[in-house]
Amino acid sequence: MPMGTFLWTTLGAFLTLCIFSFLYRDNPLYKFAEHLMVGVSAGYFVILLWHNGLVPNLFSFLSDGHFYFLWLDAKSWWYIFPAVLGVMMWTRFSRKWAWISRWPIAIYIGIGTGITIPLVMRTSINLQLYASIRKAIDWGNFFGSGYLDSTAGYSQALIFVGVIAALFYFFFSKEHTGLFNGVAKFGIGILMIGFGASFGYTVMGRISLFVQRIQAIGNWTATSWHATSSYLIIWILIIGIFVVLSIYEFIQYMNRRGAAQSGS
Amino acid sequence: MNIFDRLMTLDRRWVFLFVALVCVITYAIPFTIKLNKSPEVKAVYNFIDTLKPNDVIFVAVDYDPSSLAELHPMFYAIVEQAFRKHLKVIFSALSQNGPAMVDQVIKAVADSVKQDGTYNGVFYKGRQIEDGVDYTFLGYKPYPALIILAMGQDFRIPFPTDYYGKPLDSLPMMRNIRNYDQVKCVVELSSGSSSDMWITYGQSRYNFPLALGLTGVMSADYYPYLNSGQVFGIMGGLLGAAQYEALADNPGEALDGMRIQVYAHLVIIIFIIMGNIGFILARRKARKG
Repeated sequence: MPMGTFLWTTLGAFLTLCIFSFLYRDNPLYKFAEHLMVGVSAGYFVILLWHNGLVPNLFSFLSDGHFYFLWLDAKSWWYIFPAVLGVMMWTRFSRKWAWISRWPIAIYIGIGTGITIPLVMRTSINLQLYASIRKAIDWGNFFGSGYLDSTAGYSQALIFVGVIAALFYFFFSKEHTGLFNGVAKFGIGILMIGFGASFGYTVMGRISLFVQRIQAIGNWTATSWHATSSYLIIWILIIGIFVVLSIYEFIQYMNRRGAAQSGS
Repeated sequence: MNIFDRLMTLDRRWVFLFVALVCVITYAIPFTIKLNKSPEVKAVYNFIDTLKPNDVIFVAVDYDPSSLAELHPMFYAIVEQAFRKHLKVIFSALSQNGPAMVDQVIKAVADSVKQDGTYNGVFYKGRQIEDGVDYTFLGYKPYPALIILAMGQDFRIPFPTDYYGKPLDSLPMMRNIRNYDQVKCVVELSSGSSSDMWITYGQSRYNFPLALGLTGVMSADYYPYLNSGQVFGIMGGLLGAAQYEALADNPGEALDGMRIQVYAHLVIIIFIIMGNIGFILARRKARKG
């Protein structure tokens, strides 16, 4: 393995352990890894925005390939208008001139609202309503093709009944008593099942992140240390966590000792 | 103090340690698990599998490295399936920390496709994947909603050049491709709100077939769009990725990760049950005074 790859993968494994050390307690190693990630992300984003956004989509139209600000002889000279609107945004940093930034913000919000409202109405309301009504129950395929078939009639019936019951729960113009209360309670049960499904997926997502880091460290032990046995990862992880936490506790101990000495 | 009282005051770090140990031990022990394939994942696989050579698909990679654990495996599997079947692929990365990661995956899969391979009993001869001929990587632009809308008119409006700085018109693959009309489907791999934008500003406005690959946290929220037909398939979290790998006969990190998931979930379920029993008993004790 090339030395460069070895060093990068080793750094990756070390930073992984630094991040996981937060589960024990907040500590300087975690903070170091966190700040490193934020700093690298911000730096990467700025350069990416420049080279993939501003240069090809603005400056190249104004420059004709010669000089960025020689826009007067550029064929697409009207690109100067969005450029000026962009510059106007920066006036927010001055109390005196901040009002100028309202113009580009107003244009941006106006265009955004105009585009968004009809499309969101169609996507999230009209088509959803249409689907709930049109696909109410497919009696011809009631039992579906097998285990928890979402296209089966019984699934659609459950969805239909669930939607109505959940709407009952959010209807506050009538007191929740009697049959109305029963339907509303069924509705909240349906909502809880929905939240439970989200929670289950969330747990799976969080475990997935941890599993991927285990796999990454496992690959690191295999490629960097030529580990033939996957059991080695257990020892590497245990020793790694122990080393990270020992360093942290040592730093804490030195800080406490320093504070005690300065106090006395 | 009985065992349930103790559980109620248990330091959460013991739970973390226990889950971590279970994950590491199950990773170290080689075994396999059986996996059911859900209809929504099968729909995505079947759609891509039935496309003809030289058909074009659009893969929108809208996640950062922080979500690669769940979304990378499905990305690898879909791209390899597409390249093996001689499909043309347009990639975009509308998440700010994504482009370099996408470039890395394309190159890794291109290397893999150089080798001969057999998937689901079908032999595929290795071949060279060429930038601009077999795929186009558009790169990153800010404001995903506006980019998705603009691509519906012409890919050249938001992306006059590709990620590598080459004008789109100079790429052989893009000569007859203007917008979504020439694309068979869009597969959106997302860890955030960009999937809403693809549904609202893309599918709803331009009416193309859309499939979603989502992180586990998001998955449950998008099933209404499946039922309404606005998306034709969903791959949810690591499970969706593992199902796709199994369908494509291309086992990777997701299938390997699912066997760890099973035991991690069992541990968490046991902790939840014990915690609830402890809570109920403690409440009963408090009521009795």
